[in-house]
Amino acid sequence: MMKNAYFSGLTVPLLLLLPQLAITVVFFYWPASQAVWQSFLLQDAFGTSTEFVWFENYAELFKDPGYFKALINTAIFSTFVCILSLSIALLFAVMADRQIRGAEIYKTLLIWPYAVAPAVAGVLWIFMFDPSLGMLARGLASLGVNWNPRLNGNDAMLLVILAATWKQISYNFLFFLAGLQSIPKSVIEAAVIDGARPWRRFWTIVFPLLSPTTFFLLVVNIVYVFFDTFGIIDTVTGGGPSGATETLVYKVYSDGKGGSNLGGSAAQSVVLLVMVIAMTAFQFRFIERRVSY
Amino acid sequence: MAQVTLTNVKKVYFGGVEAVKGVSLEIPDGGFCVLVGPSGCGKSTLLRMVAGLETITSGDISIGSRVVNQIGPAERDIAMVFQNYALYPHMSVYDNMAYGLRNLGTPRDEIDRRVKEAARILAIEPLLDRRPKQLSGGQRQRVAMGRAIVRKPQVFLFDEPLSNLDAKLRVQMRVEIKKLQRALGVTALYVTHDQVEAMTLSDKLVVMNGGRVEQIGLPAEVYKKPASKFVATFIGSPPMNILDGTIDGPGIVALGDAILEVRDLRQDLAEGTAVEIGLRPEDIEIASEGAAGTLPFDVEFIEELGATQLFHGQLAGLPFVMQAATDTVAAQAGRLWITVDPDRVHVFDKQSGARLGRS
Amino acid sequence: MVEDRRLGDAIAYVILTIGVLIVAFPVWLTFVASTWDAATIINGQLPLYPGPKFFENYYRILFIGTSGTTREPVLNMMLNSFVMAMAIALGKIFISVLSAYAIVYYRFPFRMAAFWIIFVTLMLPVEVRIFPTFKVVSDLGMLDTYQGLAVPLIASATGTLLFRQFFMTIPDELLEASRIDGAGPFRFFKDTVIPLSITTIAALFVIQFIYGWNQYLWPLLVTTKDSMQTIVIAIKKMIVTSDALTEWQLAMATAMLAMLPPVLVVVLMQRLFVKGLVETEK
Repeated sequence: MMKNAYFSGLTVPLLLLLPQLAITVVFFYWPASQAVWQSFLLQDAFGTSTEFVWFENYAELFKDPGYFKALINTAIFSTFVCILSLSIALLFAVMADRQIRGAEIYKTLLIWPYAVAPAVAGVLWIFMFDPSLGMLARGLASLGVNWNPRLNGNDAMLLVILAATWKQISYNFLFFLAGLQSIPKSVIEAAVIDGARPWRRFWTIVFPLLSPTTFFLLVVNIVYVFFDTFGIIDTVTGGGPSGATETLVYKVYSDGKGGSNLGGSAAQSVVLLVMVIAMTAFQFRFIERRVSY
Repeated sequence: MAQVTLTNVKKVYFGGVEAVKGVSLEIPDGGFCVLVGPSGCGKSTLLRMVAGLETITSGDISIGSRVVNQIGPAERDIAMVFQNYALYPHMSVYDNMAYGLRNLGTPRDEIDRRVKEAARILAIEPLLDRRPKQLSGGQRQRVAMGRAIVRKPQVFLFDEPLSNLDAKLRVQMRVEIKKLQRALGVTALYVTHDQVEAMTLSDKLVVMNGGRVEQIGLPAEVYKKPASKFVATFIGSPPMNILDGTIDGPGIVALGDAILEVRDLRQDLAEGTAVEIGLRPEDIEIASEGAAGTLPFDVEFIEELGATQLFHGQLAGLPFVMQAATDTVAAQAGRLWITVDPDRVHVFDKQSGARLGRS
Repeated sequence: MVEDRRLGDAIAYVILTIGVLIVAFPVWLTFVASTWDAATIINGQLPLYPGPKFFENYYRILFIGTSGTTREPVLNMMLNSFVMAMAIALGKIFISVLSAYAIVYYRFPFRMAAFWIIFVTLMLPVEVRIFPTFKVVSDLGMLDTYQGLAVPLIASATGTLLFRQFFMTIPDELLEASRIDGAGPFRFFKDTVIPLSITTIAALFVIQFIYGWNQYLWPLLVTTKDSMQTIVIAIKKMIVTSDALTEWQLAMATAMLAMLPPVLVVVLMQRLFVKGLVETEK
């Protein structure tokens, strides 16, 4: 990762790095260390005094049934969103990769939801599925389905899953399509000559060759579901009903919002931080070792 | 084994581009046919139509006694070696070779026997567990060949299979391909832009240009009696010299002040007809000054090739090259008098470039 | 290929068409809702075709605002969103082009340390450190300012890594040739590196503009004044109040306006967008 031709000197490169380093230190390292520090502090109810309590906040956290619930919500939410959005996007990408007329137009028509803000996506979906005025909710009601995401936790979870999936398909589609198009045509042709029918060709040749893309998308999708869906959850359910759609990130926010449980919220942040770092590290090691041909 | 017959095969793409403009060709059973031509001449398209990777716009292709126009690639009983080998990067060498047989539902022990047999023939037995990425270019080439031979196809198709190898390996693999094809007796159709490969491999050479066949024949025939100026300059290295001349009587052409005798020349040409005269650099002989049928050649510089030397200069106002064995001609600039055996003078129509031969 | 494609192609058309419908339906419904009056929507009688109130609703929301909830004209919010998105996009390009140049083209003692300090921030979104970051911004008196909205979101490694990767593909010979032609670090940067990076810069700009425009949690926290709100957070404020008060037609018009700029960017600059997306993630 080094150039053989380079400049030397110290002042100039440090000046060039200064803006980024300054912003990173002030708005990243300082707050992140604050989060770590706060996670060891306990504030009383009035915010008048704080006490250093070592790992008590963490201990509280892992005893808190609400936290476990958020953990499980996050697991369910991410599993469904990843599986749904990846498989639907793969299906669309495989179809759009065929040499059909208008493939480019379809591509354009499928990728633009990437540009929709998660919060706005949430609004679109609650508007369709709001029990009193939503068009699709009424449709469900007329079919005799008892649908109410405001009261029923499962309905609420389903709705955020659908909204989050809808938003993520375009991203996955784009990467799958790029992945498909980077498979050398001659390899596919060789498989055709080798007598592999389309279905078998897909599973024995195309899908394995796509696995670096799939793996990359899996990690990115998990990170997406963890963080970027905040806006969707906040607009669709606000974490409710009674915490049924509260994910880990949402809980960091709702616990810290009133300032009542800053220590607990900070401890949650730190746990999340560790999870993301672990995931990133895993991705880098894995990618280096296995999934590249 | 089977013969391959192409009857007036055409390929027109969507935009109306005519890639192949009607090609008829017959490859006998066990024959080795090479399609050669510059890039964009339609040779690869033609090969891919035989493979079934491209549809045929019109005409017929048959393999054995069967017209295969509508038959998918897998059912044509062919195997193909691609330019970039197209090995499956996620499979071992063994699986690469076994894949086609598995798709056919061949029994496991039969697959094993055939893969090992092919590996033995190609001397790649120690590589069977490796992935393509772990192989050198030459080894990949062998695996691609192995994948073709385990299928025991009726026809081998090669799409510039040696162009990704370095020069030395290319010569070696060229010999091996020829040996293998002989040993297996399988009909082969081979595409290349390299005239040396084309000459050495083929027993039927097809020179293509602009979607058409310029000439079909034995390699020696194509070299000795090129059917057109295009073939004449494409086959042979350094390329044939082309000079302006006129017909000066039956079997005689004039080249400036000098005249040359031509053995193979149409009789019905009017005196004074403008023609082009082709002389191969390697056919040129030194003559004594002023003798009949000699031409003045002004040498400007000499290139040393080791065994031979190339003399560059001007003849009748046009650039001209002569090749001579080293030390047979004094290597210095200046005027030389040269002559050419009447059997080796080629005359082409000025407009169409067609050979003006007797038949 | 000689293969019967008719069935496969037909299936592809059907599936892709269904896909486009799924993707477009929620937006169509939103658009339809933004062209009717409140009563039609609240009664649950919304048809599937646009109504007569298009101009009225959009005029009202752009220049006047809702009557109950946010009261600010949305045009003003769009301006806030635009400034924030531009500041994030341009700011990130500025700092990361400089830092990547330093890291790739200079040898100096703390080079690797600087690289890792930046690299570590790669995968950690602002959500993880949200409250401490909020506190820093508030201590610096940056609440309700454009700086407060934009600067903390600039602190991330993606841009630096993207440019670093791109600079690594510039042949060394170009630097050597520039040197022979008498160019120093500044001239080489200005005359060679930047012109070569134009499409990379544009691609990063497209991605970061969308990222900035679509921010939600951060503006929600650092803006307290209505005049500083961005359009994305305003929608939520328009519909949180109890149902009767929600002017759905205006909220939906706002949603359409919130989607319009980034969607236009994606559709009109599709090539740059795809390039930016694929390359920032590598």
